[in-house]
Amino acid sequence: MWKQRSPGQSSFNDYNTFPLPQTQRVQPSYAHGPTFHTQQPLVTGTSVLGIKFDKGVMIAADNLASYGSLARFRDIQRLHPLGQHTLIGVAGDMSDYQWLQKELDALLREEDALALTDSHPSLSPKNIYQLLSNLFYARRSKMNPVWNAVLVGGWDKVKAESFLAYVDLLGTTYTAPTLATGFGAHLAQPLLREAYEAKAGIDGTGPLLTQEEAEKVLEDCMKVLFYRDARSINKFQIATITAEGSTISDSKSADTYWAFAEGLRGYGAQTQ
Amino acid sequence: MLSPSPSLSLLLSNLNEFRNSYDSDNTTFSPQGKLFQVEYALEAVKQGSAAIGVRSATHAVLLTLKRSTGELATYQKKLIRIDDHVGVAIAGLTSDARVLSNFMRQQAMRDRMTFGRAIPVGRIVQSIADRAQTNTQEYGRRPYGVGFLVIGQDETGPHLYEFSPAGTAFEYYAHSIGARSQSAKTYLEQNFESFESASLAELINHGLSALNDTLQQDKSLSVANTSVAIIGPADPAIEDIQHSAAARRGYFRVWENEGVDGLLRAWRRSRGEPEDGPQEEAAPDTAAAAGETTEGQQPSAEQAQTAEGSENAPPGAPAGGEDIDMEQH
Amino acid sequence: MALYSNAPASYADHTSAPIEHRFNPYSDNGGSILAIAGKDFSVIAGDTRQSEGYNIQTRYARKVWQLTDKAVLATNGFAADGNNFVKRVKQRLEWYEHAHHKPMGLKSIARMIQTMLYAKRFFPYYVYNILGGIEEDGSGAVYSFDPVGSYEREACRAAGAAQSLIQPFLDNQIYFKNQTPETGSEPFIPGNLPLSTVLSLVVDSFTSATERHIEVGDGMEIYVVMNKGRTTDDLLDKKKLGPGMEVEELGALGEGGGERTFLVRAALKRD
Repeated sequence: MWKQRSPGQSSFNDYNTFPLPQTQRVQPSYAHGPTFHTQQPLVTGTSVLGIKFDKGVMIAADNLASYGSLARFRDIQRLHPLGQHTLIGVAGDMSDYQWLQKELDALLREEDALALTDSHPSLSPKNIYQLLSNLFYARRSKMNPVWNAVLVGGWDKVKAESFLAYVDLLGTTYTAPTLATGFGAHLAQPLLREAYEAKAGIDGTGPLLTQEEAEKVLEDCMKVLFYRDARSINKFQIATITAEGSTISDSKSADTYWAFAEGLRGYGAQTQ
Repeated sequence: MLSPSPSLSLLLSNLNEFRNSYDSDNTTFSPQGKLFQVEYALEAVKQGSAAIGVRSATHAVLLTLKRSTGELATYQKKLIRIDDHVGVAIAGLTSDARVLSNFMRQQAMRDRMTFGRAIPVGRIVQSIADRAQTNTQEYGRRPYGVGFLVIGQDETGPHLYEFSPAGTAFEYYAHSIGARSQSAKTYLEQNFESFESASLAELINHGLSALNDTLQQDKSLSVANTSVAIIGPADPAIEDIQHSAAARRGYFRVWENEGVDGLLRAWRRSRGEPEDGPQEEAAPDTAAAAGETTEGQQPSAEQAQTAEGSENAPPGAPAGGEDIDMEQH
Repeated sequence: MALYSNAPASYADHTSAPIEHRFNPYSDNGGSILAIAGKDFSVIAGDTRQSEGYNIQTRYARKVWQLTDKAVLATNGFAADGNNFVKRVKQRLEWYEHAHHKPMGLKSIARMIQTMLYAKRFFPYYVYNILGGIEEDGSGAVYSFDPVGSYEREACRAAGAAQSLIQPFLDNQIYFKNQTPETGSEPFIPGNLPLSTVLSLVVDSFTSATERHIEVGDGMEIYVVMNKGRTTDDLLDKKKLGPGMEVEELGALGEGGGERTFLVRAALKRD
């Protein structure tokens, strides 16, 4: 990816210790049929939510990967830590997400190796976010998008503050104290903003939610999403990133209430 | 049968006398285990005028002696900004320095663009060292004829590195390269232990004292020949922060000409010398032109590869190198 | 929601290898920008809302950027293109300084922006740019661009979601359109209004656009670039600024040629 060798460069690696593979992996498209870029997501994850609280940031996502309307994989994780103080939550195409995991893990491993000699701190959440922004924008500009919407949560050790940002397949980026992708942008974001602003005020200068309060509002939002989003599942995880590092909870579910369904009339196959 | 003409055989014998059979090809070791082309490249660094680097817990400073190639020429730039947080001092071939510093700027910008961060100093130095190393191992190439002192500041604090055309990069508390740099090194070795806790003004004074030791006896540091680069928080008492946004932000900045006057005065005061300095300043030493080195045999009007000027040594004589004037200091 | 959108199959491009659907690489992120030139100053402003459809993505995203001590650029349209375009402009300015040891002048930046936009004529940056600042002769200037690089110098320009609301207002107030000087008095000359008047026009433009357009609101950033030696009293006098407005001077980026850049922030309605 960003370590790719440009055409015309030497056929050996930087240290002239081994030859680089010369095989042309990408065949010219005309001779072998159409070029397949990701045109539409196949196996998809739905909403990801994020909120800042007084000691850090939380990100929530459910455990479902859908194949169209089929609930295909019911126990996958859509939260992925990147080093000690950064974590991403990913919606959209799950194969693109797995590719992204592989690339980012490789990059971080390389950074860790370099840090062994110069003790330079690892990439900050902002650094990783900048990289993701460039990656997504570059791929959309090649008309070959990485079909995801990603929330990046983290703790900036230098500034001693939390970090929360969004990037998607178009390369669109933004930061805000509460964020949500997909259906969550419609259903959960208003609830998150309401809870956040109730304490912090509209200018964000007041006190932030506590860890317990933030977790509570995320669980409420996940419940609403489960009720209303047909591509969701009542099994989700919440990641918490603070100065101490990141943790990902075990899968949990919201208490749901379906008794009202008994009284509904006008749908389905009731006899009366 | 043909026999070599007298003139040709004379030429051959002359060549054999002066030429080392292992020095035309940079990829072949001599039986003594030397790569002569690399050693000659190191000589090119020694011919360049001196550059000093010093570092404290808070600052890194470069101090250089500028040379003019002639009365009609400007003084050669010795200090190059790479990024807000990295800069270099050069000794050796300016044109090679231009290529390498341009590469460093690209590396620095690459990290700014992809990660939004200032490139870690050790890594940018390593990237040019790796480049220089390939030139010592691939047939048909020549080593760079320039050495760098690199200062920088990153999340692990201020740094000072030396880059050499042999492909090495080492970190130092204090270091010197170029003509008569051994004299400066002697000073630095005697004083470096106090650098860590030194203030910016003290650090610069040490650097100027070391630089002063590289001068020929009849020469002195002046606004015309001294340039200083600093990384770290500015000291308004000695720096003109009014006219440098870089200084106000603690970024790499260069002080030369009138800009270096305040630093020189502070240094002279610290040594108990007259603040105005010795009254000579007749003309920039025009004889410095003689210090040029060129790649070809003959100096010509269109010298492509000009060393950034060495001390006033006649051509052919050992230019101000390691082992000259040691006793005087 | 581009994440799940599918453009009609008729978009298929028949000149290259067949591709099944066409991914739409663009979006519109709303918001508005404007700039007004004065005799010895220039004002460049934008709101801070970033939206997509009916969703507010964030209430604070920057659309106005200080490039040099004399130049400020505002971008509007597709935010990802805008951010990346500004990034590339800044990159070019840095290499210019490496090469020439001085910052690029305003009119050179304007021409450079034209060539950078036109270079992507067939996959354009979906961005409307407005460049403001101080010209070499000390005058305030505004340059406006279309997404593919067509540009001109003007006394004022509005762009973005609320262009159709703001530009007619500026035509009337800055260019004196539909106004007639009293008989016997001097003709109107656009581009000579005092700073306090210009600031009021900017604030009124954005507050009224916020009332009438859903994609405008949340906050406002007004950059004021002043020529060297100009008085700052008409900006820094607290009494002259509206309630809740704050001024901050942005320190010089270069050697300090005397030009000064100020950033005025103000809140806009969030509904």
